[in-house]
Amino acid sequence: MLYSDHLNSSTRKTLSRTAQWLRRLHLDGLLLGLLIAVCLFGLFVLYSATGQNLSQWLNQVERLLLALAAMVLLAQTPPSWLRRASPVIYGAGVLLLLIVAVHGSVGKGAQRWLDLRVFRFQPSEIMKLAVPMMCAWYVHERPLPPSLRDALMLLGIILIPAVLIAKQPDLGTALLVGSAGILVVFLAGLSTTVIVTGVIGLGAALPIAWHFMRDYQKQRVLTFIDPSQDPLGAGYHSIQSQIAIGSGGVFGKGWTHGSQAQLEFLPERSTDFIFAVIGEELGFLAQLALLVVYLAIVARALYLSVGAQNTYARLVCGSFALTFFVYAFVNTGMVSGILPVVGVPLPLVSYGGTAMVTLLASFGILMSLHSHRKLVGA
Amino acid sequence: MPDTRIKDHWREQRLFVGRTLFAIVAAAVLLLLVTGRLFYLQVVKHSYFAEQAQGNRVRLEALPPDRGLIYDRAGTVIAENTPAYELELTPEQVPDVAGTLRRLADLSLIDPDQVAPLERVIRSGRKFEPVPLRLSLSEADIATFAVRQHEFPGVEIQTRLARWYPFGDSAVHALGYVGIISEEDLKHIDRDEYSGSALIGKSGIESAYETELHGAAGHAEVVVNAQGRHVDRLGGAPISLESKPPRAGNDLILGIDMKIQQLVEHALAGRRGAAVAIETETGNIIALASVPGFDPNKFTRGISNREYAALRDDEDRPLFNRALRGTYPPGSTVKPFMALAGLEYGAIDPSATRNCHGVYTLPGSSHPYHDWKKEGHGAVDMRRAIATSCDVYFYGLAETLGIDRVHEAMSTLGFGQLTGIDISGERPGLMPSQEWKRKTYKQAWFPGETIIVGIGQGYLLATPLQLAHAATIVATRGKNLKPRLVTAIRDADTRAVKPIPSVAGPPLTLNDPRHWDVIIEGMEQVMQPGGTGAAAAKGAPYRMAGKSGTAQVFSLGQNEKYVASRVSERLRDHAWFIAFAPADQPKIAVAVLVENGGHGGSAAAPIARRIFDAYLLGKYDDATPAPVVASPEPEER
Repeated sequence: MLYSDHLNSSTRKTLSRTAQWLRRLHLDGLLLGLLIAVCLFGLFVLYSATGQNLSQWLNQVERLLLALAAMVLLAQTPPSWLRRASPVIYGAGVLLLLIVAVHGSVGKGAQRWLDLRVFRFQPSEIMKLAVPMMCAWYVHERPLPPSLRDALMLLGIILIPAVLIAKQPDLGTALLVGSAGILVVFLAGLSTTVIVTGVIGLGAALPIAWHFMRDYQKQRVLTFIDPSQDPLGAGYHSIQSQIAIGSGGVFGKGWTHGSQAQLEFLPERSTDFIFAVIGEELGFLAQLALLVVYLAIVARALYLSVGAQNTYARLVCGSFALTFFVYAFVNTGMVSGILPVVGVPLPLVSYGGTAMVTLLASFGILMSLHSHRKLVGA
Repeated sequence: MPDTRIKDHWREQRLFVGRTLFAIVAAAVLLLLVTGRLFYLQVVKHSYFAEQAQGNRVRLEALPPDRGLIYDRAGTVIAENTPAYELELTPEQVPDVAGTLRRLADLSLIDPDQVAPLERVIRSGRKFEPVPLRLSLSEADIATFAVRQHEFPGVEIQTRLARWYPFGDSAVHALGYVGIISEEDLKHIDRDEYSGSALIGKSGIESAYETELHGAAGHAEVVVNAQGRHVDRLGGAPISLESKPPRAGNDLILGIDMKIQQLVEHALAGRRGAAVAIETETGNIIALASVPGFDPNKFTRGISNREYAALRDDEDRPLFNRALRGTYPPGSTVKPFMALAGLEYGAIDPSATRNCHGVYTLPGSSHPYHDWKKEGHGAVDMRRAIATSCDVYFYGLAETLGIDRVHEAMSTLGFGQLTGIDISGERPGLMPSQEWKRKTYKQAWFPGETIIVGIGQGYLLATPLQLAHAATIVATRGKNLKPRLVTAIRDADTRAVKPIPSVAGPPLTLNDPRHWDVIIEGMEQVMQPGGTGAAAAKGAPYRMAGKSGTAQVFSLGQNEKYVASRVSERLRDHAWFIAFAPADQPKIAVAVLVENGGHGGSAAAPIARRIFDAYLLGKYDDATPAPVVASPEPEER
């Protein structure tokens, strides 16, 4: 008894010391733990998904550390500073998007990258953060729910960068940027009538959007409707990804033993389709576990946003939390064949640094906004 | 309109919480949707997708078997597999297939006629599988290509096993040849057994013994990646795969003696003709020649259209197997068989003589049937009639017997029937009868038609193989063994040689076995002074029994005189000779045909003599009389 008491108290002491440290660093322990768990799981899967390519794997470790650093750094930033900087970041982002549109370097057949000599980066990534921040900044001083006029203003704020990004063409990012902004409007409490009307209007606009789509984008939509029509062409991704997942079964074929992934039948195995590798090699249970952790992250992030100190903080936090969900849902839906193929990575798991940095940065901002609150009424 | 509402923090907070709750519930529902989909893929449809994944990566690759070899009776290899240099093109590595093929044709590395068909084959095949452009390259071709290889990315020279006939055109009509598997062949074969095989027996032994020679294809499971390339490891671990090695084809051992075969072909060289030599006790064929022949190696290595057309259109018809498929009037070679028929039906006393004045007429008719010897042979008995080939004697015998009895007796000697040789393509010739004529021409049989059948003319037709077979029946006094080329099979796995037992047809049992003696004595007298084949037997240390024949290619008016020098070469008579030796203890029987050779005794008999000397005495040199060109003087017919 005595021994057990002693153990309990020492454990408690260690825990409380860790909690103090985290508080001092403006970090949320539970959220951080969940994020790091996903990142480590991602690294584990990625080693297999890159075909045991150690240099690629180390690259990703490097990016992860960079992203974590960015998160911790952003968590220290004062929220008022963030709020005041929102329009500046947004304005600069739109400007950069325009520059890219005029003469961006060409990566993968699309103009997305801006070559700054030292490093190349995608201005569209900044917009994933800047658009919801700008929207939140706009409604912060205004009474909620937003009026129709405000809603239209917000629509403009969202559409300008979204259209610029879609034109690059990068439908996946445009979608994420757009949804991040719209989520702010939704969380701000825009009347359900307006939302329903908007959704109907969007449906009506689909034929117009179809007209502006590139051929490959149209093909993806058609392929989504019937992948078997073109099994070696545009439907290939979808078919091979479903074969990979389906052949994995409940427990999977074993780490590094997925034939679809290892023999490259599965395209984009380490990036957009890495969720299929998890399904093939680690099985249904691992995928389910990952989805549960994702949901837990979203839930925790939403919980933190509810406790944020002001409208701006709440809306930004809520939008970031739900954007993370959009990532997870669009990617897993696409890989499992219930959504068309759109270039959205699996959050914190897919190979690639940009999305990793953006996502963890958003969580850094979220933690900053949450932890710097004044304890009103406490 | 300015916004006059003021901020209500509590209301905003409540609104936000409401929206958040809605969002988290929606998120849970959407993820549940994804989970449901995953459950469907991984649990409900798992076996379907597992099979799909397996089909994606595992491919069966055929391992073609080595074709069995063919040996002659002395153990000399006459059909083997040798490495050939093949020109191959791997489509995925070739930027411009059409241009590449055209440039290869310009260098004469491929046949210009093949450019279009090859392009079709390449387009329909898999991009990573090499397509053979040409089956065999000469040293010169290899040199031509080697210096320009850099101009042809994706084109390579590969070594593979191809059929090779070291004796070239020798015995080609017995051996046959292998060629590329055709659309037609595919209908008859088990495609699994032939996966990976490019060649199949097209004729002769190669075709008849295809199942023995080919063996069975094996297979190996190979794992391929999405690009179709082989991989042997998956995630760092070696892959265990099933494979079944191919079973090589069995070897064949023939009765043919290539030394005798070549000797015969050499003797017939420059002519058109055929010869068949049979081992009397077994039915084994010692030599089967049809001249001219052709080089089967052209076929195994991909014959060009031009080369094939040249062979097909050659007026000497090298592709035609005269020994099995050439049907000729047998001429006087049938006389011993006619005599046997007369004896068996008791129609004639062998010692009774008939006076030959050089002409025969049917009773009540004035139509003269001439003897080849204008002045006649005088009084001849049966043996003498055979020895001198007296036509008048056999005109009379035929008339006495009548066509239907001739038909019946000759049929027991194999006329008008297949011999049952172990390769396909032989023809039965024609042994006419009244019924046959009624059926075929809807006409009655005329007595005059019987008369000329008595000397092997008229409707009667036979192949060299049939005559050799008939001679064998006489030599063995009625044993009716099927002639066969393959005598034993060597198992590919155990290397055990299994002899094939001889197959006998119904034996020919005579009413009186002494009838054999009569006709064999007659055939012996042919080879003795005063006989039509005497010259060929001169100095032989063994006794020969034979019969010469000279078959008319076209009919002269009965009053016209046949003068060889006046008749164009192709219309000259065919020279026949059948024989066996030693006459008292026969070991070998032959039939020799020299198309347009003139007289059997002088053109064909010396070839038979050389075969006997080689087989019985081991003399393979040219000491024996060489065949001579038809002399302008009339001889027996």
